[in-house]
Amino acid sequence: MSEIDIKDILRLYRDPKIARRLAFKIRDIAKDLEDVLIMHVCGTHEWTITHYGIRSLLPDNVELRAGPGCPVCITPASDIDNIIKLGMEGVVVTVYGDMSRAKGGKGMSLEEARSRGADIRIVYGIQDAFMMAQRDPNHKYVFFGVGFDTTAPATAYMVKKGVPDNLSILSSYRYVPPAVGALMMAPDLAVDGIINPGHSSTVTGMKPYKEYFDRNKKPMVFAGFEPIDVLLAIYMILKQIETKEYKMENEYTRSVTWDGNVKAMETLLEVFLLSEGYWRGFGVVDKSGFVFRNTHKYVDARYIYGLSEPRDKEDFVAGARCADVIKGKIDPVECPLYMKECTPNYPRGPPMVSIEGTCKIWADHKVTGIIKCRF
Amino acid sequence: MTDVVKMVHGAGGQAMQSFIKEYILRHLGWGTGEIPLSSLDDSGAIDGVVLKSDSYTVKPLFFPGGDIGSLAVAGTINDILMIGGRPIALALGLIIEEGFPFSDLDRILKSISNTAMKVGVPVITGDTKVVEKGALENLVLNMSGLGVRHPYLDHNLEVVKKYRDGFDEKWLLDSNIKPGDKIIITGYIGDHAIALLSVREGVNFEADIKSDAAPLNGLVEAALKMGGVVAMKDPTRGGLANLLNEWSEKSGVGIKIYEECIPIRDSVRNVCEYLGLDPLELGNEGKAAIAVIPELADKVLEAIRQNPLGKDAEIIGEATDEYDFVIMETVIGGLRAVPPPIGDPIPRIC
Repeated sequence: MSEIDIKDILRLYRDPKIARRLAFKIRDIAKDLEDVLIMHVCGTHEWTITHYGIRSLLPDNVELRAGPGCPVCITPASDIDNIIKLGMEGVVVTVYGDMSRAKGGKGMSLEEARSRGADIRIVYGIQDAFMMAQRDPNHKYVFFGVGFDTTAPATAYMVKKGVPDNLSILSSYRYVPPAVGALMMAPDLAVDGIINPGHSSTVTGMKPYKEYFDRNKKPMVFAGFEPIDVLLAIYMILKQIETKEYKMENEYTRSVTWDGNVKAMETLLEVFLLSEGYWRGFGVVDKSGFVFRNTHKYVDARYIYGLSEPRDKEDFVAGARCADVIKGKIDPVECPLYMKECTPNYPRGPPMVSIEGTCKIWADHKVTGIIKCRF
Repeated sequence: MTDVVKMVHGAGGQAMQSFIKEYILRHLGWGTGEIPLSSLDDSGAIDGVVLKSDSYTVKPLFFPGGDIGSLAVAGTINDILMIGGRPIALALGLIIEEGFPFSDLDRILKSISNTAMKVGVPVITGDTKVVEKGALENLVLNMSGLGVRHPYLDHNLEVVKKYRDGFDEKWLLDSNIKPGDKIIITGYIGDHAIALLSVREGVNFEADIKSDAAPLNGLVEAALKMGGVVAMKDPTRGGLANLLNEWSEKSGVGIKIYEECIPIRDSVRNVCEYLGLDPLELGNEGKAAIAVIPELADKVLEAIRQNPLGKDAEIIGEATDEYDFVIMETVIGGLRAVPPPIGDPIPRIC
């Protein structure tokens, strides 16, 4: 096989001519359609959309909205409280940087817990936590496992291989397919089409989405993260709506397959089982929470320390519409606190904290409204 | 809580702008002159004399493509050039930490000498202080510069007047821009900041990127000789994003730029993508943004490209009354606002 420069491939996915032609085709199809609401569920998709100004290219009757795709945002407030409690009791807490700044139900974040004496260490992954715990056997360590199908397999793999006795894990991992299923059914959203997250689906495959698609047939496209990927996904969804032929389509063929990463999923399900999962701001979704199996309770911080199960409680700052932003009911600019009391320097809710949060992405790009291109 | 000065107050972004406007100008903004302090332009001017002072705290002192010495000469000279001045003399303030090696000092002074000699601007006065160990890190330079009206400035302004009724400005001010004016950038952006970042402790990555630090005398002369330039500014701290927002605000116009046209090296773009930096917010030390009346934009661009430091120059956009802020058409044709950066993503680059 001849060597292809990765940069040249990427360039094609940002090609101005292809993008303009796609934008033209999108507007052309949309002329004959009623209002269309397309939802995506990934912070990285939102970044691409905002960074490249994709919304400005869409006709007025096609709306693109971010749903629950930010791991920090959907992590239950009660689990943040749980991990803070462990930290205050002397357990060394290892956590992703973003997660340390999100506030729990008592209005405190791990960062603030640190200033009150808790030992909080920022890590890039469970490997770092593993090393720290191994080097320091006289202290108890806990890793705060947050995120989706993308980050959970690494943890499952480490647990399978064996972790030091002094390291436990608080699992707030969530499984994306059932949440997408719930979004498609949500009566208050009336979603017309879904852009599925390319990286999560690379792990899960397209297959687990089939039951939700069959239950409620709506256009569903698995998409990558370059601007052409997103434009193509929008085009594919509109085309399905135009022809009324709804299907599960794969735009991200260079990564997503029907079966996904079988090995990763097997490892995941060997260590975890899928149980009821609470998504902060969105609600309880059946079979969406990764819970340690009985065979692996020995690393489960929830079991070891007798921590509470995630509570189905909103826990947001008064007046903030974090829940509506996370769920995808509104855009950030519709929240009365956006860029007023709530800014990236003084975030009042998780969507303004995380780099994958819709509010933070909009704020970083100084979005105060949608600019539309004139054609 | 006691209010104290933070890094962000000196980082070239929005926070520094408001710090200067609300704090420094409150004390010192009373002076008048052809270009007073209150106009917050690249240099000041009074009675036909241009004056500029700039301090340099770059870290590390030596970096690919330059050092604190060449940087100081280029930075101060460029600021004098940018308002239409011809630099004629420099003043060097040296503040050295006890224990600083003579070998390094030698290198820095040689570099100052070489850079200044190339453009024929001598250091005619200066001052030296040594402070005890720990009172500052290694060495801080102050480079002040003196200039006069550039010999081609009046010719350039006459050309502008021919095309623009009622134009009566005496200098190339940030507030001179009108809708329609084209914006030229004289070459690749982001090189300086990324070159520095590549040799920072704890960051090191392999990238063959050199700082662009260089005085722009020849390039500016070529542009003014052609004529039609209304404003010039060097995108140092805060980068192009900050520069364009300052122009937009001071001139009361919108500015639309085209992402496709902005010269950015692949290597710089890759580092930026990897580290989540915006190339538009990165500092440069050998580039200028030049606003030109639309009728002569192509000719000025050609003239700039004749100069080795301007060979990669491009027209990147124009002033417009369609918007009242800075907006960018992205590579895929979408639109997004280009906000002024809050602070510098990479501190201590100059």
